[in-house]
Amino acid sequence: MGMTLTEKILARHAAKDRVEPGELILARVDLALGNDVTSPIAIEAVRKMGVKAVFDREKIALVPDHFAPNKDIKSAEQIRMMREFARAYGIVNYFEVGRMGIEHVLLPDEGLVVPGDLVIGADSHTCTYGALCAFSTGVGSTDLAAAMISGEVWLKVPESIRIALSGRPGKWVEGKDVILHIIGKIGVDGALYQAMEYAGDGLTSLPMAWRFTMSNMAIEAGAKNGIFPFDETTRAYADGRTKRRYEVVTADRDARYAGEIAVDMSSLEPQVAFPHLPENTRPLSQVGNVPIDQVVVGSCTNGRIEDLRSAAAVLKGRKVHDAVRMLVFPATQEIYLQAMREGLMEVFVMAGAAFSTPTCGPCLGGHMGILAKGERAIATTNRNFVGRMGHPESEVYLANPAIAAASAVLGRIGGPDEIR
Amino acid sequence: MMLKGKAWKYGDDVDTDVIIPARYLNTSDPAELAKHCMEDIDRGYASKVSPGDFIVAGKNFGCGSSREHAPIAIKASGASAVIARSFARIFYRNAFNMGLPIFEAPQAVGEIDAGDLLYVDMERGALRNETKKKEYRIAPVPPFMQELVAAGGLLNYMAARRKGK
Repeated sequence: MGMTLTEKILARHAAKDRVEPGELILARVDLALGNDVTSPIAIEAVRKMGVKAVFDREKIALVPDHFAPNKDIKSAEQIRMMREFARAYGIVNYFEVGRMGIEHVLLPDEGLVVPGDLVIGADSHTCTYGALCAFSTGVGSTDLAAAMISGEVWLKVPESIRIALSGRPGKWVEGKDVILHIIGKIGVDGALYQAMEYAGDGLTSLPMAWRFTMSNMAIEAGAKNGIFPFDETTRAYADGRTKRRYEVVTADRDARYAGEIAVDMSSLEPQVAFPHLPENTRPLSQVGNVPIDQVVVGSCTNGRIEDLRSAAAVLKGRKVHDAVRMLVFPATQEIYLQAMREGLMEVFVMAGAAFSTPTCGPCLGGHMGILAKGERAIATTNRNFVGRMGHPESEVYLANPAIAAASAVLGRIGGPDEIR
Repeated sequence: MMLKGKAWKYGDDVDTDVIIPARYLNTSDPAELAKHCMEDIDRGYASKVSPGDFIVAGKNFGCGSSREHAPIAIKASGASAVIARSFARIFYRNAFNMGLPIFEAPQAVGEIDAGDLLYVDMERGALRNETKKKEYRIAPVPPFMQELVAAGGLLNYMAARRKGK
């Protein structure tokens, strides 16, 4: 019996010929990641164990992005702890404000993740790198501490489910809509403990940015990881960014899948997830009249240059509605610069939107755009839980960047075709 | 080990953002986190929970973020364990890694009401609802996880393993 993409990568990293779903393995990690929320607990644990050196100074990435630039004194202390730890232990990949970005956009863009890698991160959206045909998954701080010391992680080999994609997405439909549709269909625990493996002839119409979005939100269906097969799109992205050699992994023809979900992307409308779970999706045409107070474009889900282009194309020559605050967060410094060079920043500012330095900021209700009681936001982020962006009685609706931008103009949730 | 306490009952998909909202994640001090545990779905929990009490919930408990602050906050609040229909995977591993007992008991969850007095016998794998006079089997903890719990969490397990090498 053959192996799935996930099984193959896990077998390689556990130095085994093959692994089976359900098997517990100790696997070698190629990269271990922490941010300013999760690293302090891991750093304390490493120090408490009296360990003087990490397993590999180049295979750890520490990215202060959640509450950076420092939002208050406590955050400043947490980030200082990361900075000092990075210095003391010689961690090469520590990214300071001004040179940083949102971890899951930054690390692949910097070429730190390559196809075939096994990456763990103390952040649930670490599953983003599946887009590169890598195995990556979120863990907690204690797991991060263990990996920083030993270079290993314990994992249960997940069953894989095959997401068979066909058709070409229509107008205003992006990767975000495909993954929201899948989550709406299977639910927030529809892929619990499982690997989602994307497949099918629809893959060729998905650019890298959309794939990152689709792998990123695999966790929102409960999945361990969401992985794409390697193709020319992957090669074009990776080869421009990394000097590391990598080995291409492919799924076996007779690999075993626990299930299959078929998605005809050509039949999809843009999707909007209503509060308070990402599974509460509706096609845009069935949203009704939902007035909004705030629009957020950004995050590890949709803060890439392609996302900013998509929002700017809708916004160009138009104005953000009087009753709306729009906030745009390029995910990295590189994207910020690119947005400036392409004139996107000017489009946003001229439209009356705020254009911010990279940060996770409002996505998790951290800072830079917190909602008051009863306020409503549409966001290109990944979660719309109770209190996610601020007051427990505020609301978050999830959508793609074009829909978010159109909603900013309309003052209510709607699509670009509704703008006069 | 015998755990004893009353039930705090919640629904499906209790996410880590309501277990401990991100606005409190600028610290990892357990006592500080415990003050805000469950705050966004139950303002009364943190001030009224008694040592030993159980959080009882539906499916997919702990979904969302990877913040280990969630099991830390629950443990520091005084709760002895979480009993749920199922757990989100990162929460599941975090709970074992930092030593918060969790149990999957779908049938029992459906029959437990808030305030019921519960006993959990970890060795026997049994849950007794004293209020309802009913007893249930709970899913046994996988052997590797038992080793983690016995060692006192992942790092102690690792330390012992490194010593043994």
